[in-house]
Amino acid sequence: MIRIGAFLVGLFFSGWLLISAAMGAFAFVTSPTAPTAEHEFHKTPKAVEYSFDGPAGKFDRAQLQRGLQIFREVCSACHSLKYVSFRDFKALGYNDGQVKTIAQTWPTETPSINPETGEAATRKPTPADKVPSPYPNEVAARAANNNALPPDLSLMAKARHGGPAYIYSLLTGYQAPPAELKEKFPASMPGKTTHYNPYFANLNLAMPAPLTTEGQVTYGEGAPKPTVDQMAKDVSAFLTWTAEPKLENRKRAGTAAVIFLLIFLGLCVGAYKNVWADKKAHA
Amino acid sequence: MSFPWANEYKPSNPLMRYLDEKLPLPRFVYNAVGAGYPVPRNLNYFWNFGVLAGVALMVQIVTGVVLAMHFAAESTVAFSSVEHIMRDVNAGWFLRYAHANGASMFFIVVYIHIFRGLFYGSYKPPREMVWHLGLVIFLLMMATAFMGYVLPWGQMSFWGAKVITGLFGAIPLVGEPIQTWLLGGFAPDNAALNRFFSLHFLLPFVILGVIILHVWALHIPGSSNPTGVEVKSEQDTVPFHPYYTAKDGVGVAAFFLLFALLVFFGPNFLGEPDNYIPANPLATPANIVPEWYFWPFYAILRAFTVDFLFIPAKLLGVLAMFAAILLLFFLPWLDTSAVRSGHYRPLFRKFFWFGLIPTIAILGYCGGSHATDGIVLVSQFAAAYYFAHFLIILPIISRVETTKPLPTSITEAVLGTAPGATLQPAE
Amino acid sequence: MESMASLTEDSATAGEEQGGVRRRDFINVAAASFAGVGAVSVALPLINQMNPSADVLAEASTEIDLAAIQPGQTIKTIFRKQPLFVRHLTPAEIASAEKVSLGDLRDPQSLEDRTKAGKKQWLITMGVCTHLGCVPLGAGEGEVKGEFGGYFCPCHGSSYDTAARIRKGPAPRNLEVPPYEFTSDTAVKVG
Repeated sequence: MIRIGAFLVGLFFSGWLLISAAMGAFAFVTSPTAPTAEHEFHKTPKAVEYSFDGPAGKFDRAQLQRGLQIFREVCSACHSLKYVSFRDFKALGYNDGQVKTIAQTWPTETPSINPETGEAATRKPTPADKVPSPYPNEVAARAANNNALPPDLSLMAKARHGGPAYIYSLLTGYQAPPAELKEKFPASMPGKTTHYNPYFANLNLAMPAPLTTEGQVTYGEGAPKPTVDQMAKDVSAFLTWTAEPKLENRKRAGTAAVIFLLIFLGLCVGAYKNVWADKKAHA
Repeated sequence: MSFPWANEYKPSNPLMRYLDEKLPLPRFVYNAVGAGYPVPRNLNYFWNFGVLAGVALMVQIVTGVVLAMHFAAESTVAFSSVEHIMRDVNAGWFLRYAHANGASMFFIVVYIHIFRGLFYGSYKPPREMVWHLGLVIFLLMMATAFMGYVLPWGQMSFWGAKVITGLFGAIPLVGEPIQTWLLGGFAPDNAALNRFFSLHFLLPFVILGVIILHVWALHIPGSSNPTGVEVKSEQDTVPFHPYYTAKDGVGVAAFFLLFALLVFFGPNFLGEPDNYIPANPLATPANIVPEWYFWPFYAILRAFTVDFLFIPAKLLGVLAMFAAILLLFFLPWLDTSAVRSGHYRPLFRKFFWFGLIPTIAILGYCGGSHATDGIVLVSQFAAAYYFAHFLIILPIISRVETTKPLPTSITEAVLGTAPGATLQPAE
Repeated sequence: MESMASLTEDSATAGEEQGGVRRRDFINVAAASFAGVGAVSVALPLINQMNPSADVLAEASTEIDLAAIQPGQTIKTIFRKQPLFVRHLTPAEIASAEKVSLGDLRDPQSLEDRTKAGKKQWLITMGVCTHLGCVPLGAGEGEVKGEFGGYFCPCHGSSYDTAARIRKGPAPRNLEVPPYEFTSDTAVKVG
């Protein structure tokens, strides 16, 4: 009984799947799905090398500091960094005093209340505060940006396929839309408030190129030349740190753990052979 | 334990004797996983995965209880409480990555454990109950993993919750009320998050309980073995401790090595980047995919594209997805071959290695990919084979197959000779 | 896994020469010890996660503006999620605190010990009774100050004087003075 029932159920599911497949294949041949503009023009991130690549990779503190500078002078005008606190910047190689200065001179202030009247007010951030957002809320952010919401950047390097390489590619990937695009997919041409970038998922994004000219940010002494390429690399490294601040701890702990476990595995194999010695001896 | 030569627990330590007299827990452990449990001497490394699954569950419970001390099950702060764990809690990043990847390790181990059972016929009499309880554990694990994935309240969490509860919406008439009831609203929100957290905390302990039943049921007939031949005499067995505790030690060390590589060097390798974006009810991710361990079932769900008479394709997909798991419950009656082990079943073996395993791999690949026409087509063929394999091919094979001769005893299989293997069969 | 240490007795000893046994013992003991070390090193983060997290530690300082506090007035504020009393002592209160001889005190401390040099009118203490942690009365307007004119804990009747020293009742110590410093004449940073 069970086997007859199973046979019928199996016949139904398998048979219907094969019929569905045939119908799908027929539809595919007679009226193939039109290729999309994204399919033809979207590019995967460029290959970039970072100091934190690989199992022993470490952040380059000077690079992170330059990245913070770019974030502060360029990105922070529109983007928030709301999961990061000023005190975290000590990990970039700043001391307590420097962190306090960074907090107090940050372009936006932390929301607070007026202690006299109870009305909404702002105050200078302290090291314990999270990095304040440029807009008080989403409505304000959209209103200031043609109804586009600049996303929070704290986790951007983990929230996109490709991570830092995606950020770097996007920042350096702005270009004029190819003539072919206009020919084949006129609907995918950038509009009045969008900008063509083949590294962006749907090819057109609301953000205009943020890094446009060499020397847009003035680096300190001993730093590399602030070319667009260098700035994109630095800020994408910085955003990797904001997304994964414990990356170095993780790799360091991991190296110790793996070495320990390799020895442990060896010892376990030895103990296993000991225990089985008398049983295997007969074989 | 059923073997007459099983060692009796005779503690020499007076404290243990006292304890054993008042509460025979030491005796219980001794007979379950100690020197009092005779186990076939020929178990290979595939028999390590039961113990490893237990280890994985313990890892999940310990890290999970600890994470629950810092997580806030409230839809406006759940995401930032996870970031709080990652950034500010002492060793929080380690605990969260261990828990997230621990789930993957648990599924890797359990899938190998299930395939071991499928190949060596562990579902056959007298071990049907062990198999059925194992499948109950598997279903509970899937529910637990799904609800756990919702908790960080990222984009995949939110849309996963919406899609999976939407499956119930496919049921005619009562579907939509059930979906609303499951979510406590019309879309996933605070009510859903809270109940998922509560159940996610509860279910692992239910799993632990069913594991005890699973092991208990196993100890009635005793462990099977790669030959599938029943234990016939004492020399076919060795005591679990020290022989298999030592062998499990090797397995546990290898397990933690792989686990450490994942947690420390690729903690997000098996995850989806979209879950680092906070849940947004107004924007669907470009490609909603579940975690990798659900991919084969997700591919079956999506493989149904055509309505059958009055049954909509959506409902068919849901039915097929559940059927794909539930049919495993009927395996003891579908596969009627008297020979357990795939080693002695030439035809079964071919279909297992060249049919079932590649099919599930292909389904997995399709389930994790964007559902293009080609992917759907491939998953339709693979899903068709999946159902045919269990429901049609397996019953036929077990009738028509000529099996290879079995060794007369385990000892013969191990040593090549059968010194004095003359005791009567264990059945 | 620790049971591995004892397993050589059962298995590997029979018919083995002495040296072999010792080497085998060593490997088994080493494997078991490694398991122990591994378990402990995983237990440490599991225990450490209960300690205050980085954000809790970072907010462990409070800045207070003293300008608006009149003599005789006390304000309650918060330091490390606990009440903090900032009291502007009147000359009479200072005099009454200095009159007491240290020998009579349960926890001998002078007012000078409990305030900053030259700022002895500013008494800054935790508002946490040293007995069982209740918040003593006496900081708010109209609250009972107890028979020594300082603070009075209603839970078990501990009385503190105008230097917030314990004078009567079950509390063992004076109200705790947290670490603080004057950043200007009218501002202090606690913690």
